[in-house]
This record gives sequence, C-alpha cells and structure tokens, in this order.
Amino acid sequence: MREPRWVGWARRLVLGVLALFTGLPLYAMAASAVKPLGDVQRDWRWIPSTITFRPFADIWTTIPLGRYFLNSLVVSGAATALSVAIAILAAYAISRFRFPGRRVFSITVLSTQMFPGILFLLPLFLIFVNIGNATGVALYGSRLGLVLTYLTFSLPFAIWMLAGYFDSIPKELDEAALVDGTGPVGALLRVVVPAATPGIVAVAIYSFMTAWGEVLFASVMTDSNTRTLAVGLQEYSTEVQVYWNQVMAASLIVSVPIVAGFLLLQRFLVAGLTAGAVK
Amino acid sequence: MGIRQMASAAALTLLAATTVAACGGGGSSSAGPKELVYWASNQGTSLDHDRRVLEPELAKFTQRTGIKVKLEVIGWPDLLNRILAATTSGKGPDVLNIGNTWSASLQATGALLPFDDATFAKIGGRDRFLGPCLAATGAEGKPPTAVPLYGQAYGLYYNKRLFREAGIDKPPATWSELVEVGKKLTKPGQWGLTLQAGQVTENAHHAAILGAQHGARFFNGDKPALASDAAADAIKQYVDLMQVHKIVNPSNAEYTDTAKSLKDLADGKAAMFMNQASAGSFQAVGMKMEDLGVAPIPMPDQFPPGGRRVNSFVAGINLAVFKNTRNLDGALKFVQFMTSTEEQVLLNKTYGSLPTVKDAYGDPAFQTEDVKVFQYVLSTTAEPLPQVPQESQFETLVGTAMKSMFADVAAGRTVDVAGIKAKLAQADQQLAAGS
Amino acid sequence: MTALLDQAPAAPAAGDRRPPRRRPRRGRRVALPYLLLLPALVLELLVHLVPMAVGVWMSFRKLTQFYIRNWSAAPHAGFDNYRVMLDFDSAVGRNLLHSFGVTVAFTVLSVGAAWLLGTAAAVLMQSRFRGRGPLRAFFLVPYALPMYAAVITWAFMLQRDTGMVNGLLGRDGPDAPFWLIGGNSFWSLVVVSVWRTWPFAFLIVMAGLQNIPRDLYEAAALDGAGWWRQFRTITQPMLRPVNQVLLLVLFLWTFNDFNTPYVLFGESAPREASLISIHIYQSSFVTWNFGLGSAMSVLLLLFLLLVTAAYLAVTSRRRRIHA
Repeated sequence: MREPRWVGWARRLVLGVLALFTGLPLYAMAASAVKPLGDVQRDWRWIPSTITFRPFADIWTTIPLGRYFLNSLVVSGAATALSVAIAILAAYAISRFRFPGRRVFSITVLSTQMFPGILFLLPLFLIFVNIGNATGVALYGSRLGLVLTYLTFSLPFAIWMLAGYFDSIPKELDEAALVDGTGPVGALLRVVVPAATPGIVAVAIYSFMTAWGEVLFASVMTDSNTRTLAVGLQEYSTEVQVYWNQVMAASLIVSVPIVAGFLLLQRFLVAGLTAGAVK
Repeated sequence: MGIRQMASAAALTLLAATTVAACGGGGSSSAGPKELVYWASNQGTSLDHDRRVLEPELAKFTQRTGIKVKLEVIGWPDLLNRILAATTSGKGPDVLNIGNTWSASLQATGALLPFDDATFAKIGGRDRFLGPCLAATGAEGKPPTAVPLYGQAYGLYYNKRLFREAGIDKPPATWSELVEVGKKLTKPGQWGLTLQAGQVTENAHHAAILGAQHGARFFNGDKPALASDAAADAIKQYVDLMQVHKIVNPSNAEYTDTAKSLKDLADGKAAMFMNQASAGSFQAVGMKMEDLGVAPIPMPDQFPPGGRRVNSFVAGINLAVFKNTRNLDGALKFVQFMTSTEEQVLLNKTYGSLPTVKDAYGDPAFQTEDVKVFQYVLSTTAEPLPQVPQESQFETLVGTAMKSMFADVAAGRTVDVAGIKAKLAQADQQLAAGS
Repeated sequence: MTALLDQAPAAPAAGDRRPPRRRPRRGRRVALPYLLLLPALVLELLVHLVPMAVGVWMSFRKLTQFYIRNWSAAPHAGFDNYRVMLDFDSAVGRNLLHSFGVTVAFTVLSVGAAWLLGTAAAVLMQSRFRGRGPLRAFFLVPYALPMYAAVITWAFMLQRDTGMVNGLLGRDGPDAPFWLIGGNSFWSLVVVSVWRTWPFAFLIVMAGLQNIPRDLYEAAALDGAGWWRQFRTITQPMLRPVNQVLLLVLFLWTFNDFNTPYVLFGESAPREASLISIHIYQSSFVTWNFGLGSAMSVLLLLFLLLVTAAYLAVTSRRRRIHA
C-alpha cells in the first residue's frame, strides 16, 4: 500500500510518543534499582549519582523472594496447564457438537466474566473451608485452592477463544480420522489439537498472565508459605521503612523471565488470535 | 440472551448454593496438642527482622515446655483480613497479635477467648499488668478479649540540632508554644513539623487525642456521636498546623507511611514529629541519635470546658487466644511466657516499645530519659480509644475524611469548622447504617 | 463472545452439516459433549456460580462482625441493605452514587484512550519499516509486567517531592502539583490504567489487521483509492467485529478493576478517584459489613449485565445491517 507523506510523519510522531510513554516507567524502575536507599528517597535524578548492585543481593533476604517466585510459578503454571486442557475439551464440544444446553452453557460461562471479584471472594473462601472440613482436602491456604481459582478465572475466555479457533479448522480433517475408525476424542487429540497449536499457545499465555498478576484473592487465600509474588512484593514496604530500591530491583528480577517468555511467544499469540477469537 | 436460558442458569446456581449454604461454619485450628500456631504482627523494620527477633525466644519456650511454636509474621495490610478469614472459617492460629484498638471489634465476633478471672489466674494474675494498658483490651464491663503485649504511647520527637541552631532551648509544652517554635523552625527547605497527613489511622489517632483535649466523646455508649463542636474544633486545630500556621509542608498530605516523616526528621527537613515510641526506626533511617529528643505532646494553654488532660491514647499490641484452639493449656502457657518479665524486657527493648507488666520497668533499659517520657505519658495522660465494636469503622471514616481535608488544604482550598462538622455528620450516618 | 452468540442460530456448527449416519453406540454419542464439558462446568460452579449465589444470599442478610463467626445464622435483612444504599439522601447512598459516577467516567476515558492508542499503533505499524519487530515487542512489555511491579513504579514516579513526573515537568517547590491526592489523582489513575491496557488493545487490533486479505488493498489501490480512503473503506469495516469484542472486554476489565487503584492509593483512595470496587472493598472488608458490600456488588453486577446485553444487542444489529 502506498502511503502519503503525512502518514510517515504521523507514524514517527505517534510511535515516538508511545515509546516514551511506555519507556519512562521502565526506566524509572531500572534506574531506581541501582540506587542506594538514601538516594531513592531524595529528589528524582535521571542519572544515578552512585550506582550500587546491593539491592539485587538484599532483595532475597528482606523477604523470601525466592519462595514467592516459586509459588507464583507453580500456581500460574499449574493453572495454565489445567485451564488449557479443560478449555480444549469444552471448546471441542462447543465447536463440533450440537446438543441441548449448548447455548445456556456458553452464555452462563461467559457472563461470569462480569462478576465483580469482591462479590464472590468471601463466599468462595467459605466454600473452600467447608470442602476442607468435609473432605480433608485443604483448599484454603494451599496452592491447590489458588490453582483452581485462577484456572477458572481464565477459563471462559479460553473456551471462547479456542472454540473460535477450532471452528476455523476444516471439519473434513477430523471426519477423515473418524472414518479411519478413531473415536471423537482420538480425533481431537490427533488432528484438532496439533492443528490448533497457535491458538492453544495464545490461550496458555493469556491464562498465565491472568494468574500471574492477581492480588485480591491471593491476599486472602494464602499464608506465608503459599504466598505469591503479586502479594509478596508488598512486603518491601513496612510501616517504618519503604525499600523503594529493593522493590524496583525485585520487580525487575521477576519481570525479566516473564517478559522474555512473553516476547518469545508473542508471535503465537498474534497468530492464535488471528485465526481464532478475532474472526 | 434469552430469559429462558437466564432462568435455567440461575436455577442451577441457586440449587447448588442451597446445598452449600446448608452447612455453615465450624472447624478448629490446625495445630495438634504439642504444637501452637502463632501469628505475630510486624513490629520490626521488616518481616524478616521480626522472625530473627522472635525465633530464639520461641525456641526457649519449646525447650521449657516441649511445645513447638509455628511462627507466622504477618504485615499490617494483611493482618485484619487474615483474622477475618480465621474468624469466618474457624481455622486460625492458636495465639495471635492484634492492634489493641481492634479489641472491642474483635470481641464482638466472639472468636477470641475472654480473659476472665479464672483465665487470668492461669497466666499469673491480672495485677501484673499496667492498668492503662488493660483499659484497651475490650469493652468496659466485659472480661478482656486479650492481654497487653507491647505498650505504646505518643510523644513529640524533635531534632535537637535544629532546635539549637534556632536558639530554642526546650521543647514546646503547649500548642501555642508549638506553633511559635514551629514558625521559628520553618524556613526554605525546612519545616517546623511533619505529619503523616495521608495516613488514615494516624489521622484518626490525632483526632482522638486532640478531641479528648477539647472534651469530645465520639461515642455515646455504643451510639456514634462524631459530629460534635468539640470534635470539629479539634480536627480544625490539627489541620490548621498546615492550613493557617503553615509549619507543615503541604507535601505531607500524601505521606501514607511513617518512613517519610522519620526520614524528614533525620535529614533535618522537619524539626518535630508526633509519633509512637520509635527510636529504633529513627536509627534505621540514619538519624543521629544524639540529636533526637522526645517530649510529651503539648497540652492546651487553657482547657476548653470538658477538656481532658490527655496527650496520647493507649496504643500498643495485644495478645489474644483464638477460642477454637485445641491446645488451650499450651496457648495460655505461651501467653504467660510472652508476658513474663524476662520476655517483656527483652522484646520491648528490641522493638523500642514499652513493657506492659510493671516488674519489667526495673530493667535499666527502661530507665533512660526517653523511655521515662513515654512511660509517664502512658501511665498518667493516656486514655484508650473508644472501646466499641465500631472502632475500626470510626478510624477509617474519620481518618479518610481528614486525609481529604489535608488534600484540600494542599490544593489551596479552605477547610472550615462547618465543613468539618458536615463531614463528621456524614460519618455518623455511615456508622449508623453499618450497625 | 459474539462468535458464539451470533453464530449459533445463523450458521449451524459442524455437527449439523454432516449427513446423518447410523452409529453403533448412540448413547455414548449423546453423552460425549456433556462429558467434555463436565470439568469446565464443575469448576465454574465451584468458583464462580455457587459463590456468586452465596453472595446474593448474603446481600439479604445482616452480616456484620457480630455474625461472621457463625455466618449461616446471620439474621434476615430483607431489602434493608439495598434500601440503605439506594437512599441517595443519606451519606451511604450519596457516596455510592459518587463512586459509581467516578467509575463510569474512569472507564469511558480509560477504555477510549487504550483503544485509540492501540488502534493507532497497530495501523501505523501495518506496513514494514526498520525496527518494527523490536518496537512491537517493546510496546507489549507493560502487558507482560507483573501488575504490582507496574503500578508501584507509577506510585513511585507520581510522588510530589521525589517523583519523576514532577521532575519531568520541571515542577518543584511550593507550587508543584500533587498526583496521588486531590483532583489530579483521577487523571493519574486513568493514565496508569491506560498504560497497562493499551498494549492489549494493540495486540488484538494487530491480530485483526493480519486477517484482512492483502488483495483488498491492492484492488482498492488499482481503483485509485488513497491511504485515507483505504483506511475508511477497508481497514475500519474489517476491524468492526474485532472492536466489538475488544471494547466489551476492556470495558468489563476496567470497570471491575480493583488492583490498580488499590496498589496506587492503598486502602483509602482519594474521593476523586474512589472506584466502585475500592468503595465496595471498604464497605465490606475494611468495616466487616458483608451484607451491605454484597448488596452493592449485586447491583454492580446487574448494571454490567444490562450494559453488556444492550451493547451486544445494538452492535450485533448494526453488524447485521452492515454485513
């Protein structure tokens, strides 16, 4: 497509401003992470007068950052894996079968996206406690409870995205497999799932990000052993001291692997969205 | 979406809900008979600091009694939510720290063990404790819901160097002296006083202290009565430190933690700060300790009618036993241990707070000038905050209203007595709606 | 969302198009879709639907600190909780209304700006140029950053005396503006929210653009259509279905957002930036009055359902007319 001159200028201007907007907080984070505590508490300076890497050593002892990081990885990872698996089954049912209740199910599940978290936080907590009392399965305070909660948070969107993606895969493919004598589940696993890889990766990224950042439920449903990063990072600020440089250093450290993973996989996200949900 | 589908979805959920609602609360704490779970509040400079302080003491307790203590240190933003979770579920710790201003609120839930005379007898008697501290352990006329653990009182910290430089030889004793001294100490880059004006509970605490001096009572029995002239005058006096006398940096309106005020005093950016005993925290932010002085918070030059000689409230931390504990004996042994003279000396020395048992004051650590100021305040001119179930709502509503007043002042708008009273009347309505 | 809602009556899903075939085990065939849905259904019931119903139940109870220990015995309140907050002459009702207004304004501004920025960036990055790949990755960083890390950094930058924002504006001393209290706090909240959500809009629109067949543009170019006309006649209409979903999702996320104001301001947001989620949190978790808090949430949910249904009805009809 040939562009007029002004589009080029508009591009430089808009993208430049956006890059600045995106970059400034990232710079603030990086610059503050290498300043001594006293300097972070003083007037803002663009270039650190003293550079120190002490904060990167201190962050591990001020709070049990390693444990929180591990908890977050385990919880988000498990929630993602389960969410994707369950969404694949449900999306397959919705995409390939006509059955009574199909629409009720879809609408009900999607409308849960509207529920204000604050409304069902306390009830969910009470239900977990009661299940624990009745069956001995510890859901409150455990990673399992958090996994179940988070996987359900991303489930509606995941089912909907995957159902859209499955629709875009020609039905002739799985029909061929059915004719060969494979069952419908076999057709799903051997034909549909491999063909839908970009969509599945997209859903996995979405599920992971949903679980990774959640604060409200984690603050009520975890204890100091099962605490996740999103809540744990707050412990750098106590009544009498706010370790700003350590907050920034820790934020930087925990963000790097996630951002890197996200950027590596983002082309799948675009591809998955392109073929699936966005249709 | 069709009505029929909505209806069937709703019916499905309701059906499931009734099954769940049928089985209510219950349960018990997780520890076995030879074990205790202890929730400690954050008293040190970090949660890790608290663990390092408490763990050797808990080991001592285990050695003496054979009872293991599982410690969890919980930060202030989380503590009330965790107690809430424990209360609703019945699954909680055996022993826990609570802010003593929460006593009556938590007492109303019935989740904590009342310390009647028989229970007190098991931990060495009621008379060991300081009288004023016992007044902040629950509603009047009911057995205390907890025992005092760390005592706290308010004082006026000041930077001696700045006072010397300005030629002031003693800390102010009355409010007009404070304003006068504050003006002398205010110059470019330096302010007379720093306030945590963006911090909800601190604002409410100062409203209570000044309110008492003006003769205000915030509750009439259990009934909220915030909107009195005395209370409005008290809050106006506090806000005027920034608004009229201009001895407080308007930036203080966004100070939501103590850290910034401590730092201002340490850096010489502010000369005075009204706070709880916090020598250790000053040290942590780099204060030169020989420059740090402390005096009681000023009194009025002339008490208004009904005004009370009060310049602090009975602050501090209480130690409570969760009623659902399976190890009541062990829990009480632990309470006795934590309130023993030996532990009281050691822990309060470390945290810079005040012992809550009389015998502990014999230790030389509590014979210093500074500690004596706080001890004097706590035992003579401190009164507890209203011991009513709605105390935490009171703090939230009044403190939030004051925060927005300071924001108005900082933005150049005027805060007057009528406006303050209107806000208090609103708070009254909200308290009434919540009861 | 619309894919499911629209398509079911209009274009039947795959199963129907297949010629009817005799199958040996019909019972299993009928049960299969339900079996596939079962795990999802069980979890949705456990985590969303049942707690939701319990929440509705709570909204009709007087569930204060006196009853939370034995919450199933909390006394009936009838419609009392609803009456208190819908009485707009009282402080509770007035504050709720105010908070609702703030939330609506915040949502409209934040969603609008995020969508606009996302679309502008995606459209301007449609054609290749040097550095496009890295720039695209860079733009996505805020979305990938842990929420707490992102918002606390903003809180750090927005401090009056020591923050980067006032440093950038060259404002210090007694006239320096406040960003975390007073009227500006609302704009701070909008900016932080946009910073976190616009990359998502960017991502989705970018995916939508890749779906537009190249030959459409080529054909239009042959007809002599300029850049602007191509944008108006091809890009815009082709993006409409994407936008329909994107705006709805952004709306729901932003309206229910609790994390951003909570981390930015703490438990007590300034009145000017008191979003409804924070307001409800204060009315229930801080003051332990869960009956009232639940009643507020139920109203909020009804509002969201209504808006969503109306939005889908309007946009779907428009789509059908345009299609």
